[in-house]
Amino acid sequence: MTLPVFEPWNDPEAKPLIEFQNVTKRFGDFTAIDDLTIGIYEREFFALLGPSGCGKTTLMRMLAGFETPTEGKIFLSGQDMAPVPPNKRAVNMMFQSYALFPHLSIWDNIAFGLKREGQSKGEIETRVSDMLRLTRLEKFARRKPHQISGGQRQRVALARSLAKAPKLLLLDEPLGALDKKLRQDTQFELMDIQEKTGTTFVIVTHDQEEAMTVASRVAVMDNGKIIQVATPADIYEAPNSTYVADFIGDVNLIEGTATPTDEDTYALHWREGAEPLTVKTATTFSDGQTAHLAIRPEKVTISAERPEDADNAVQGKILDIAYLGNISTYHVELPSGAVIKAQAANTRRIARRSYTWEDTVWLSWTATAGVLLAD
Amino acid sequence: MNRMSWFNTVSLSLGFAFLYIPMIILVIFSFNESKLVTVWAGFSTKWYGELMQNEAFLNAAWVTIKVAVFSSTIATVLGTMAAYVLVRGGRFFGRTLFSGMIYAPLVMPEVITGLSLLLLFIGIGLDRGVFTIVLAHTTFAMCYVSVVVSSRLVTFDKSLEEAALDLGCSPAEAFRLVTLPIIAPAVISGWLLAFTLSLDDLVIASFTSGPAATTLPIKIFSAVRLGVSPEINALSTIMIAIVTVGVITASLVTKHQMVRQKRDEQAAART
Repeated sequence: MTLPVFEPWNDPEAKPLIEFQNVTKRFGDFTAIDDLTIGIYEREFFALLGPSGCGKTTLMRMLAGFETPTEGKIFLSGQDMAPVPPNKRAVNMMFQSYALFPHLSIWDNIAFGLKREGQSKGEIETRVSDMLRLTRLEKFARRKPHQISGGQRQRVALARSLAKAPKLLLLDEPLGALDKKLRQDTQFELMDIQEKTGTTFVIVTHDQEEAMTVASRVAVMDNGKIIQVATPADIYEAPNSTYVADFIGDVNLIEGTATPTDEDTYALHWREGAEPLTVKTATTFSDGQTAHLAIRPEKVTISAERPEDADNAVQGKILDIAYLGNISTYHVELPSGAVIKAQAANTRRIARRSYTWEDTVWLSWTATAGVLLAD
Repeated sequence: MNRMSWFNTVSLSLGFAFLYIPMIILVIFSFNESKLVTVWAGFSTKWYGELMQNEAFLNAAWVTIKVAVFSSTIATVLGTMAAYVLVRGGRFFGRTLFSGMIYAPLVMPEVITGLSLLLLFIGIGLDRGVFTIVLAHTTFAMCYVSVVVSSRLVTFDKSLEEAALDLGCSPAEAFRLVTLPIIAPAVISGWLLAFTLSLDDLVIASFTSGPAATTLPIKIFSAVRLGVSPEINALSTIMIAIVTVGVITASLVTKHQMVRQKRDEQAAART
């Protein structure tokens, strides 16, 4: 039995819940969003990832209605959102600062949006207690926001934004204020809640691990443009540019000129006198075109002897070892002075580690281990 | 606690002596039996009794309170609105000019404010009385209120208002249900400030008051010109007492709130 795969973005029939059409947003001379077009589908957990100032928060605030696009259109369920004010949108937002109302109890904070809708007292009570149960806050209903801990406040903010059962929930760096352990727990909680409620989530984050963990698709942004939109696995394994490869995780980038040798196979001449590297790729490069090989450290094997059947192998000297407990990252300096990082699991105790500083080692990887990128 | 050095002791005594000796003398002499203000003739509360009989003083006190309540309330509404626009209105044409102009009356000599208001009232043919004093006091108290309220609004987290809009409030509802309750302490202290300013204003009130309405400070000032009477001492002592009680109550309330909030936060940290 195969489970149906959730990937509406590959289904030409599917209609996106949110559509940005050539949206541009300028603040004075500064262009925050630059001619952006994208579709986000129902039930997606969509992450906007990028460095600060890349426009991801502006994008989110336009969805909430706090900013209006300078050019272009935003559609929610096919309806143009431009004339709809924030209080009339079926969109709720969880703020980075949580923005809990300090003068109201937790219960009243969650009930706030429902009361504005003019629901009956009974309906409000049922809905608020559902939300309290969902976020495990029943015990704190009568407290004020300053009487609970940071993690609890974060859950109140989530409960409040979910209470009105919005079509779309926006999360602005929701876990930024939590410490790492709590953040990881909360990430799984968020995914759980997203699945239970079936709400479409759009999350803004600068934490790539967070984006990879929670999202069904990740959009990597830079300077107001979306560089790549793909599933976390594709973003990691098949980045479309050196920017994305470099932004997500750790990567070795080797620059050289590509020469086609076979169908899908290229030789990358990367250094005078060195053996060219063999790379398989679906993208086409012209003869002599400058290209970058992006290869993840964990895909580089480290060994004392030259492996017999490796597609690519280079020799170097260990410059540095970063010991992270479960794994170690070896910084290996090649004769040219370039440094390549290789990761290996620490399957043995540290005292019996195979390689140490100044050791001469071989690094090897297969032809398909890396990606060849034009820029 | 460390014992204070003699230098600190002297500085402290000097400072407080400077501030409070005149008032202490005034309070002591309000209980003087003698009609002569500077000669002590034994303890008595008779001047307080006489004060209660003095129709003119009681009338002036009533006018003063009416003026203070009305002008400080109007000034609070207008001042809060001005502060809100200045802090939240974003960039609009003439914003810098407007924000500069709202603070100008703070440094304007009162005589000028008073005189210009007088000219205006005469110009538009408004009879001087309680109404004109209320208008005048509103004018100058409003900028104090807007200073107090805007300093609170600057530190106010804007995302709270956005959250209210996001949850379905119209901008007016967001102000009423979220902003106002949170900035209420600043609005109240703005009101108290306006009330106090109106209560003890002499200069502007003397320009804008008419024969029908005299405020207490004007009354005291004109009475003193005919010679200080022990009744004035008694009246001043009552005013000092009211102000003292008010200040102490306000500070106790604030302190109590802070202590409670701190305790709550510590309790939260433990859970």
